[in-house]
Amino acid sequence: MSDPTSGSLVTTPPPEQPGVVGDTAPVGAGLPETKRDQPRGLLGDAWYDLRRKPLFWISAGLIALFVVMAAFPFFFTSGSPNDPVGTGLSRSLEGPSGDAWFGTDILGRDIFARTIYGARASIIVAVAATLGTVLLGASVGVLAGFRGGWVDALLSRIADVFFGIPFVLGAIVILFTFNPEGAGSNEWKIMGLVILALCLLSWPVAMRIMRSSILAAKNADYVVAARALGASNSRIIFKHLIPNCLAPVLVYATILIGAYIGAEATLSFLGVGLQSPVVSWGVMISDSQQYIRVAPYWLLFPSAFLVTAVLSFVMLGEAVREALDPKLR
Amino acid sequence: MGRYVLRRLLQLIPVFFGTTLLIYALVWAVPGDPFAGKCGERACPPDYIQFMTEKYHLDDPWPLQYLYYMGHLLTGDFGQTFGGRDIGEIIAQAYPNTLKLALVGLAIEAVIGLTAGILTGLRRNGFLDNLVLVSTLFLLAIPTFVSGFLLQFILGTQFKIINPTVSSEVPFHELIVPGFVLASISMAYVARLTRTSIAENSRSDYVRTAVAKGLPQRRVVGVHLFRNSLIPVLTFLGTDLGSLMGGAIITEGIFNINGIGREAYRAITTKESATVVGIVVVLVLVYLLMNLLVDLLYAALDPRIRYE
Repeated sequence: MSDPTSGSLVTTPPPEQPGVVGDTAPVGAGLPETKRDQPRGLLGDAWYDLRRKPLFWISAGLIALFVVMAAFPFFFTSGSPNDPVGTGLSRSLEGPSGDAWFGTDILGRDIFARTIYGARASIIVAVAATLGTVLLGASVGVLAGFRGGWVDALLSRIADVFFGIPFVLGAIVILFTFNPEGAGSNEWKIMGLVILALCLLSWPVAMRIMRSSILAAKNADYVVAARALGASNSRIIFKHLIPNCLAPVLVYATILIGAYIGAEATLSFLGVGLQSPVVSWGVMISDSQQYIRVAPYWLLFPSAFLVTAVLSFVMLGEAVREALDPKLR
Repeated sequence: MGRYVLRRLLQLIPVFFGTTLLIYALVWAVPGDPFAGKCGERACPPDYIQFMTEKYHLDDPWPLQYLYYMGHLLTGDFGQTFGGRDIGEIIAQAYPNTLKLALVGLAIEAVIGLTAGILTGLRRNGFLDNLVLVSTLFLLAIPTFVSGFLLQFILGTQFKIINPTVSSEVPFHELIVPGFVLASISMAYVARLTRTSIAENSRSDYVRTAVAKGLPQRRVVGVHLFRNSLIPVLTFLGTDLGSLMGGAIITEGIFNINGIGREAYRAITTKESATVVGIVVVLVLVYLLMNLLVDLLYAALDPRIRYE
């Protein structure tokens, strides 16, 4: 429903024609067999287009920065995320200063260090959940679209069931069921549950996108030709259909990573997602809410990082969509 | 048309039962003793436990409980909380507030989104176009709870323009900021959808014909272009009303609005499973019916679409 991950972020319906026709270099991706003199495929064509876009380079640079931050947080800060800066609580709730750039929180911990370390949990959850969602949704979508008939009807109804559940409400129920308050679970288990909840509630969108692309491509001439040449179903699916139907799902996946960073923060904020001692931006924002009047910087800095991270993935998705969708040129 | 409606209604039935069954199973599986803390500081007397267990069929396996629940529900009885309050009454009290919030959000989303989309769709690649594109990217990137918090802090606490929380009567003017927060992501989507739709249709044959036969600009844009371009936007707004109500839980929490999302959150944390399921039933039903209505509206607005 009005969740950040629903298809509403993909601002165009999947193209009816799966092929990508570039205006600078017309590569009929729908007719890959006949265009042997033009070796650039779907992704090569998109890359050719992307290299010229400043939006792509800005977002890719920011994403690279966040990934490095998640992998090697100690390159950016010598502080520790869970230990106080001074002795004990001596430096609780101090404003930004020379040795604690973003100030300190109620326990005297360095907010800058926590914000840097917070990237890791947020990005791991978002990337893993996106992979899960797209793999699950796309495989079900391929199956439903290719088989058709009662398989399609059944799988579509199952997708409708999951799609009908309000996102936040559903995620709260799932996380509350498997990880009730006070049950001291380890951080990997909570992370896994958050990933699971996000996947379970969002796969129908990926499934619908994939299904409609497959339906559109299923009766295309090149598929009929492949079948006439005696290709098996699995060869048609993996060699012909999937490469030609990948573009819309790929665009959705890019935007979904950004949406999931926001969703993870939302769930942590509600107290059902990640919890201390795991550091994530959502956990920090959730911790800061009672002190908003005395320490607004505690809320502002993690929020700014969160918004920048989501923004860079949304921008990347935008650039990739423009590169992959010929209708927008 | 009649056959189409009938088929769609029949398709709704398995989805409705599937969704409620799923939620019921999940809520039922929330670990913990349902009687913990229900009788004050002491343990519940055995008589009470026996009475409640029988009344709510707590000894039966959950699929059977679900059937009992659905049986009551189909007669319009949402059941009672463990405290004895009618769940139907709770929903009836909270629902109008959520509906109000969603309507305010929808109105804001429609006005701002459509204006921005129409202006940029007609004049592409200008300064305004780029400004709107960048702002929609930002709107898409700011999670609801962050924008809600920041607006509450800046407008409510720092500048004291609005009340930081909405009072219990839920007057419309206090819902403007929460409605904006709730609808901010959809607003960006409406603006982009409108822009794309207008940009696509302005290259179409009927617009060229209208211009060629000498119609004034106002008529070409107002009648030929808008009426065709706004159909997808209207249908999006229709489905979005259902989604806004389901997604109001965070906005309601931040601005302290006594709506259905907050009731649901409270019910989940206190293990009032019947209330959770009741609220989800209402939300899902509204959402499914809205979708059906929008599909029918689509045919009414666009005569090219015919349902067999």
